Amino acid sequence: MDKIISLEGIHFQYDPLDPVVLTDLSLDIPSETVTAILGPNGTGKTTLLHILLGLLKPSQGTTRVAGKQHRDYSRQELSRLIGLVPQFEGIPFNFSVYEYVLLGRSPYLNPFQLPGEEDHKIACDALDAAGILQLAEKPVMEISGGERQLVHIARVFTQQTPILLLDEPTAHLDLQNQNRILNLLKKLAAAGSTAVMTTHDPNAAIFAAEYFVLMNKGQVAAQGQVDDVITAENLSGIYQTPIRVEKQNGHIMVVMDKA
Amino acid sequence: MAKKKYYKILLIACGGIFAVLLISILVGRYPNPPGMPPRLLFSDPLARQLVLRLRMPRLLTALFLGMVLAAAGSVLQMIFRNPLVEPGFLGVSQGAAFGAAVSILWLNPHPLIIELSATFFGLLALAVTYLISTRIRYGGWILRLILSGVAVSALFSAGVGVLKFIADPLTELPELTFWLLGGLYHVTWRDFLFVLPFALTGVVVVLAMRWRVNLLSLNDETAFSLGASLTKERLILLVVTVSATAALTAISGIIGWIGLIIPHISRRIFGASAEKSLPAAMLLGGTFSMIADDLARTVLPGEIPLGILTSAIGAVLFIYLMISMGIKVRSHG
Repeated sequence: MDKIISLEGIHFQYDPLDPVVLTDLSLDIPSETVTAILGPNGTGKTTLLHILLGLLKPSQGTTRVAGKQHRDYSRQELSRLIGLVPQFEGIPFNFSVYEYVLLGRSPYLNPFQLPGEEDHKIACDALDAAGILQLAEKPVMEISGGERQLVHIARVFTQQTPILLLDEPTAHLDLQNQNRILNLLKKLAAAGSTAVMTTHDPNAAIFAAEYFVLMNKGQVAAQGQVDDVITAENLSGIYQTPIRVEKQNGHIMVVMDKA
Repeated sequence: MAKKKYYKILLIACGGIFAVLLISILVGRYPNPPGMPPRLLFSDPLARQLVLRLRMPRLLTALFLGMVLAAAGSVLQMIFRNPLVEPGFLGVSQGAAFGAAVSILWLNPHPLIIELSATFFGLLALAVTYLISTRIRYGGWILRLILSGVAVSALFSAGVGVLKFIADPLTELPELTFWLLGGLYHVTWRDFLFVLPFALTGVVVVLAMRWRVNLLSLNDETAFSLGASLTKERLILLVVTVSATAALTAISGIIGWIGLIIPHISRRIFGASAEKSLPAAMLLGGTFSMIADDLARTVLPGEIPLGILTSAIGAVLFIYLMISMGIKVRSHG
């Protein structure tokens, strides 16, 4: 698999007085796949996504996206390359779903420009692709959590970036909505995009991803295919709790054992 | 709201604001309240002089005052992600008030000096607010600016209090008090031309960036991922809106509530997107302040300070909007 993102020897801390968040982290992310990043709370998953996005700059190490370092891209180029669905997207004003999704066209417009006909068409197509065209006129504050997550994804579709970063996209969603979103990510990867998602649910990761990164204490503990990473030994060691990994009819399932 | 319908309403609103402007020219206490018949403009040289020399600059200033305060309120509420923000929020109004008070008491009570001093201190308050916010070591940039804005406002407010305390109660204090209450009774063409460049810059830049303002209201990481240069773009909007507000406050005194209430009314009618609600808020703000100024100079035999009227009307509208669920404030984010 070709790698589209490559990190080498990354160190990061928010402030010189704060504890170090990422230490000597090296990582490759293959293109045209869904990659799942797993790890305990506070292990630096969101920080890692923000470094991939270019929002945070590591104090040491190199980051490469599509062959070039972050610093070699302009703001506009980077925003046409990488999209983000954050863990929590507070929308303080009651935009309609359509108005919000249309904001995905920002990387293609200068600060003084209004979206044109082509931008509107792309936004409509994105709503359609996410299966929420019927919500277009609804206010974002009045839709359910699952629908809202789909709206965020439609906004990233509108951005038309080959790389998508998703911070816990299935957190707090019911099984039906989890299924919709994970299937959407699989479809995206099949169509040639690269999706990188963080998650606390190993089964959701197994359902959607082809590549896995297991993080612990600001470092990569394991990365690779499911059989190499999602093992009872790895998970039990990192989460400090007894975990079994079972195979049934070719499906892998992670089960938490009673202590 | 469909685009065609929106532009139709906007066109009607433009016609409305022009009509209010024309009617306001005739409203006043000459020759008798509530105003003069239009034909008097052709037959009475004094009426013509009154309109050209006094009412026109005053009305145009009221128009720009309302437009700028509403635009600044809309923009600040969105980039601070807080629907309860208004232009006085960053210490600008209190800074300008302090500048005017310093000029009245110590420098020179000439209107131009008062305006320059008020504008200078209004912008100084913004700079101090910004500098303090960069030194706070916790919270996001919004919280840091809010905290430093509150502190700087309180400092300049205390300064105004001290100046009122030491002002001559017979000469300086009445002038200072009336200035602080807000009003356009003394506005001349020179005053209007002084604020015009600031006001026009603010209005044009804000209108040009009205769609971008939506983007700047999102989470920092989302706005960044969508290509926004957050600090640069927010700073441009802050500087143009606050400079325009400071310049207008310098000649009008503190006029509250327009910047808070008008954006809410506009969003309620035209939706949350600033692409539509911001131009509408400017038209509504301009109309509101012209009508408030008409009332200020006709309701009582003496002039009512404009700031008192806008506060009274604004507070009543605000209560109505809150009770009728017109303002939706998220409990988080």
